[in-house]
Amino acid sequence: MIQIDSLTFGYSPTSPLFDGFNLFIERGETWAILGPSGCGKTSLLYLLAGLKFPTSGKISIDGQSLARPRPRSGLILQDYGLLPWSTVHENIELGLKVRSFYGPDGRHTPKNYFPKDNANHWLERLGLSDVADKFPAQISGGQRQRTAIARTLALEPDLLLMDEPFSALDAVTREDLQNLTLVLSAEQNLTLVIVTHAIEEAASLGKKILLLNGETNQRARVFQNPQAGNVDYRNSAAYHDLCKLLWKEMQHETV
Amino acid sequence: MKRCDLLSAALGLVIVWQAAAMIVNRPILPTPLEVFIVFFQELRKDLLIHFAASLLRVTAGMALSVLMAAPAGLAIGGSKAMNRLLSPIIYLLYPIPKVVFVPVVLLFLGIGDVAKITIIFLILFFQIVVLVRDQAAGIPSQLIQSLQSIGAGRRALFRFVYLPASLPAILTALRQSIGTAVAVLYITELFATKYGLGYYIYYNGSTLFDYPAMYAGVIAMSLLGLGLHYGVDWLEHRWCKWKFAT
Repeated sequence: MIQIDSLTFGYSPTSPLFDGFNLFIERGETWAILGPSGCGKTSLLYLLAGLKFPTSGKISIDGQSLARPRPRSGLILQDYGLLPWSTVHENIELGLKVRSFYGPDGRHTPKNYFPKDNANHWLERLGLSDVADKFPAQISGGQRQRTAIARTLALEPDLLLMDEPFSALDAVTREDLQNLTLVLSAEQNLTLVIVTHAIEEAASLGKKILLLNGETNQRARVFQNPQAGNVDYRNSAAYHDLCKLLWKEMQHETV
Repeated sequence: MKRCDLLSAALGLVIVWQAAAMIVNRPILPTPLEVFIVFFQELRKDLLIHFAASLLRVTAGMALSVLMAAPAGLAIGGSKAMNRLLSPIIYLLYPIPKVVFVPVVLLFLGIGDVAKITIIFLILFFQIVVLVRDQAAGIPSQLIQSLQSIGAGRRALFRFVYLPASLPAILTALRQSIGTAVAVLYITELFATKYGLGYYIYYNGSTLFDYPAMYAGVIAMSLLGLGLHYGVDWLEHRWCKWKFAT
């Protein structure tokens, strides 16, 4: 589904974040991108979202070279990206309004898009009915992130990109939303790419974990984690061993 | 602004005014009671017509300013290239006291209401442009990117982000401008008109030396400003409900 070919990108020409970097992500896979601060994991996500562009090389999704945000990709950010002046319900239907605003032009809205009002469905599915008329400032961080997820899923994406979406939440809410994300991804057959700096989060969510380093990334270092998302995997020895391994690798990279 | 606070402030001002009138003890500063009596007498005559003429001019000037300045501020604040190109021009023109353009405006637009409204517009335009531009430029980039990721292009960003985000700034600019607008209104109504509070105050004070009537006009002008403030507050409660949500 996602093909990254010879990607070069960076903010400093002398030490780019990526140089000749290649990666392939299959449809329906769940990936976690892990690495220390400044390693380029958020930049990579923004490149996949079509919000940043490679200095050289190519990123293709479904065989189409990425030149702008793709209508069937959803992006969820750490600070939720909700409109403070809109209620929870209005925020969830925002993407639908944007699509109606342009119509099915193939650029902003998929060509085969048929308008449908599924905001209420996602409002209920994410347990937000009671706060539908509240503004983002009036609800909890967990509810804000649920609103952001509902807004994205209302657009029926096939690719979900998440940038440290749970880092500002307490442990219980975080685990709850991590599980919900996995359930929804499986339900909707989404390809999920989640950026995180937390080893435990990467190990719990990513069936494949891409570890980036603090220097220029030339080669994709991928850790297989097929049991991620299974019930009780977080309590297993395999999970703890993987966390230790990732910890060691990250320490090695930052020293 | 709470009503009881407003009443307390008004009462305080009346007490200070009464004390000053007693100390000065000259016709040029009549007591509040004398002025209030004349105020209500004048209301039954033509003070209301003067009030309405002024209200029309100042609201027309303010509305025109918002209609022209808000889109300009949004366009400049929403685009780095426009900001680089146009901000220096705004900085050069903003500090110029626009009252100096009164003769030019009169020359080109005549001495009617259009010229008066244009002068108010010229003064308010820059204040609103600068505030709206700053608000639009200060919108977090993550919010913009989040909207871009769900398909919003430039037009949708203006409709769904820049415009609603700038509404509070537009209303703040209006609130800040009311004092200036009313003060400018007085100047514009000093010439070529027989209606308006500026004319009424000047005519009664400087031609007829009817000081109680002059102060009645001053009270009407103060009430005009107060009414405009309340109008903006009302709009803010209606359009920016999220600011008051608890």
